[in-house]
Amino acid sequence: MGSLSLAIWTPIAFGILLLLIGNERNAATVRWVALIGSLAGLLATVPMMSSFVSGEAGFQLVERSVWIERYNMFYLLGVDGISFWLVVLTAFINVVVVIAGWQVIEQRVHQYMAAFMVLSGLMIGVFLALDAMLFYVFFEATLIPMYLIIGGWGGPNKIYAAFKFFLYTLLGSLLMLVALIYLYNQSGGSFYLADWYNLPLSSSAQTLVFFAFFAAFAVKVPMWPVHTWLPDVHVEAPTGGSAVLAAIMLKLGAYGFLRFSLPIAPDAAHEWAWLMITLSLVAVVYVGLVAMVQTDMKKLVAYSSVAHMGFVTLGFFFFNDLGMTGAVVQMIAHGFVSAAMFLCIGVLYDRMHSREIASYGGVANTMPKFAAFAVLFAMANAGLPGTAGFVGEWMVILAAVQFNFWVAFGAASALIFGAAYTLWMVKRVYLGDVANDNVAKLTDINTREFVMLALLAVAVLAMGVYPKPMTDVINPSVELLLQHVAQTKLI
Amino acid sequence: MIDKLSWVAAYPEIFLLVMTCVIALADLNVKGEQRTSTYIATMLTLAALTLLNVMYAANGQTIVAFGGMVVSDPMSNWLRAFASLAVMVTLIYGRQYAFDRTMLRGGELFSLSLFALLGMYIMISGHNFLVIYMGLELLTLSSYALVALRRDDANASEAAMKYFVLGAMASGFMLYGLSMLYGATGSLDVGEVSAALTTGLLDHRVLALGAVFVVAGLAFKLGAAPFHMWVPDVYDGAPTAVTLMIAGAPKLAAFAIIMRLLVEGMLPLAFDWQQMLAVMAIASLLVGNLAAIAQTNIKRMLAFSTIAQMGFVLLGLVAGVSFTDNVASTANTANAYSATMFYIVTYVLTTLATFGVLLLLSSSKLEANKLSDLAGLNQRNPVMAGVLAAAMFSLAGVPPLVGFYAKLSVLQALMASSQEIYIYLAVFAVVMSLVGAFYYLRIVKLMYFDVPEVQDTIEINADARFVLSLNGLSLLALGILPSGLMAICTHAIVELLV
Repeated sequence: MGSLSLAIWTPIAFGILLLLIGNERNAATVRWVALIGSLAGLLATVPMMSSFVSGEAGFQLVERSVWIERYNMFYLLGVDGISFWLVVLTAFINVVVVIAGWQVIEQRVHQYMAAFMVLSGLMIGVFLALDAMLFYVFFEATLIPMYLIIGGWGGPNKIYAAFKFFLYTLLGSLLMLVALIYLYNQSGGSFYLADWYNLPLSSSAQTLVFFAFFAAFAVKVPMWPVHTWLPDVHVEAPTGGSAVLAAIMLKLGAYGFLRFSLPIAPDAAHEWAWLMITLSLVAVVYVGLVAMVQTDMKKLVAYSSVAHMGFVTLGFFFFNDLGMTGAVVQMIAHGFVSAAMFLCIGVLYDRMHSREIASYGGVANTMPKFAAFAVLFAMANAGLPGTAGFVGEWMVILAAVQFNFWVAFGAASALIFGAAYTLWMVKRVYLGDVANDNVAKLTDINTREFVMLALLAVAVLAMGVYPKPMTDVINPSVELLLQHVAQTKLI
Repeated sequence: MIDKLSWVAAYPEIFLLVMTCVIALADLNVKGEQRTSTYIATMLTLAALTLLNVMYAANGQTIVAFGGMVVSDPMSNWLRAFASLAVMVTLIYGRQYAFDRTMLRGGELFSLSLFALLGMYIMISGHNFLVIYMGLELLTLSSYALVALRRDDANASEAAMKYFVLGAMASGFMLYGLSMLYGATGSLDVGEVSAALTTGLLDHRVLALGAVFVVAGLAFKLGAAPFHMWVPDVYDGAPTAVTLMIAGAPKLAAFAIIMRLLVEGMLPLAFDWQQMLAVMAIASLLVGNLAAIAQTNIKRMLAFSTIAQMGFVLLGLVAGVSFTDNVASTANTANAYSATMFYIVTYVLTTLATFGVLLLLSSSKLEANKLSDLAGLNQRNPVMAGVLAAAMFSLAGVPPLVGFYAKLSVLQALMASSQEIYIYLAVFAVVMSLVGAFYYLRIVKLMYFDVPEVQDTIEINADARFVLSLNGLSLLALGILPSGLMAICTHAIVELLV
């Protein structure tokens, strides 16, 4: 088994193991097995990391075997600079999420943990697949565990959220499926991505393909105006579900843009870049303003996710090195920061059972250790230099300046809005005097929560202070992609 | 005309007939309430038949027997094997259910099921209009009797009556259509009819009219809109074990006669029947998916879901021949029909799992037919809930379940056809399957997110549980590695079209 397969199937194998051994009575054992499984999943990415050659642009560690002969589909995996850190991020977040659900989840623990294990493996599969149909299978299969997580362990309105999540994203991906079959037929029967990269397509065909992909990926990212499912789903999902959704699942969409939309339909991408940039700017500015008026903390962070992902899509469509590298860095940074933000809300929610900002006030007085972490993550969310949040956004804004002053102006204004809604929330929740008796009774975080937040804090700071290992890996692959996108594919 | 090889080709049918008679007669002397000995004899027969057919299929020989009346080719071998397996699994799931409902007072359930299977065998192997029709009648007459097996149950009797009246009419349609084709071509042999049609010298009006009636009859058997009215009523009224007997294996036989009559017999008339099938596909997808949402009875919901699924089957058949400037191209036929065969085989597999869960959920006290009966099933029996969830995701076409590849193959066949308009048909089908996803997800929601009305766990027999788990796993296993089954379907259809 190759090192990439190992990264995909280790967590899935542990998920199946959990389903087999777990029942209602052995929750304690199940939790430990899940923790071991998630650590094994993280460990399983080590062979990939150690044999990956930083600075090489193309796909590495490629594994290839025949999968479905009838349709010429291959079990084809490979990793490049764009997917490398996303894989590591996914395995890492899985560990954090298992720790997060340790005490909170009391019913059907084995199914909960198994769902996250399987989900983690599937998402790593999405990042590593080089066969379009293999990608699609992984991409779609992630819906099943996520649907079960939201519906099974979510809040009061979980059913609505679970259906909205599933059907909304399914519509987009079904249109993509049609596009995939179209490309398969056009390319003379191949699902291999590299074949599609060199496939000449007419302008109208490229536009259709581009928008079919757009339907799938824009919903997933989510871009304005198809972002409306995200706040609803985040509010109802359990903390772990929200964290994985924000940290990884949204990246599946952004990653899809890089692997499919841009290289397969480069001319359409150039032609419609104005639209993508506009939508991204609306997400960054308008959704940022929407976030400011939220009274529900989870909704606020959900809208802030949309705004931050706006930076990612914005960076893609400048078609320059800096912007795209920045966008990929931003994807990873947002993975850490948004997961941390949701886990912080989870910590508060477990104690107070309220997500309303108004229920809190002066939490820093009763939970000093926790408040320190929370403020750090809030700063990262606002894009403070020295934290992960700064690097990607700064690179995208620089790229925007090269592109057009007013676009850069809009993007940069988002930093102000981001700081505004984040800091205002910090002020209302953590600072000031103790607001009520419930807050006065709060107990500070325990060791488990400390470990969970500390892991993320280290990641956020390390990435903010020294992002070079990350950009060194990402940049060559981005340059290769840009070279490819610069060539016309018109017939 | 009747040579030694002819008998070889008909061994499975002969063996089945003999065993059916033996079991029917021996049952007279069986005293046990559970009819264990008859049950075991039936199981052994079916297992032997499955093996026998797989051996025939592995041999891969095409035998035209009894002067072209019967053909034993890879498609018929595989379909007979699958049908035997489906009937076997149906009886395993349904045995306890039938016992609880006094359907095992006599051995009719077993002998009628075997007769129905014999009917399917004859339909699948028949290569002559009359042989095919005889098989069809044997199947449907046995099915009418099976539906009415609980003669003291008003719903079942009503369903049997409806099924009989509408079924007889459909058979009449088909016979009428076949007689027109016979009148125009002068032959009942599928091959000779095809040869006569290829000359292009015949009066097209008679042929088209004949095709209309044949297609109407076939659509009825398949349960495609607008000939679907019987499906919800019969699915709902019949005892669930019999519902599965109607909903499962006979779909394979229906596919076989579609291949024999429309493809082998009337491919030169494809222009006519493809348009009819296209209209029916659209109607089935619309009616099935939209009406399924409104159902509160799970058997009715599954009935409408079947109608919608048959819409996809028809789409696959539509994609076979493409026309540009009235010139037919058969470049896509093998691709399209093998995709259709894959669809129908996996559909039967999924249906077995779905109804299997319902059958095992039912007890002497509870008739599991309301959606609310499934509430909280995950807490009561995780294996059953898991299998039904896999079946639902498969029917919805979500990977990595096998239903996804079925939809993928049909859509691919549709879009590979050089007919431009088929891309819109594919988009329509995809949007409709999104609608379908809603009610399949609702079942999953009931089982996993809702609180059970009754808390007690469900105990099921070890053999049924084993088969059910295997059935559920097969949906996933074929979803991860569908290559083998795809190869079987492709081989079968390629051999058929030679």
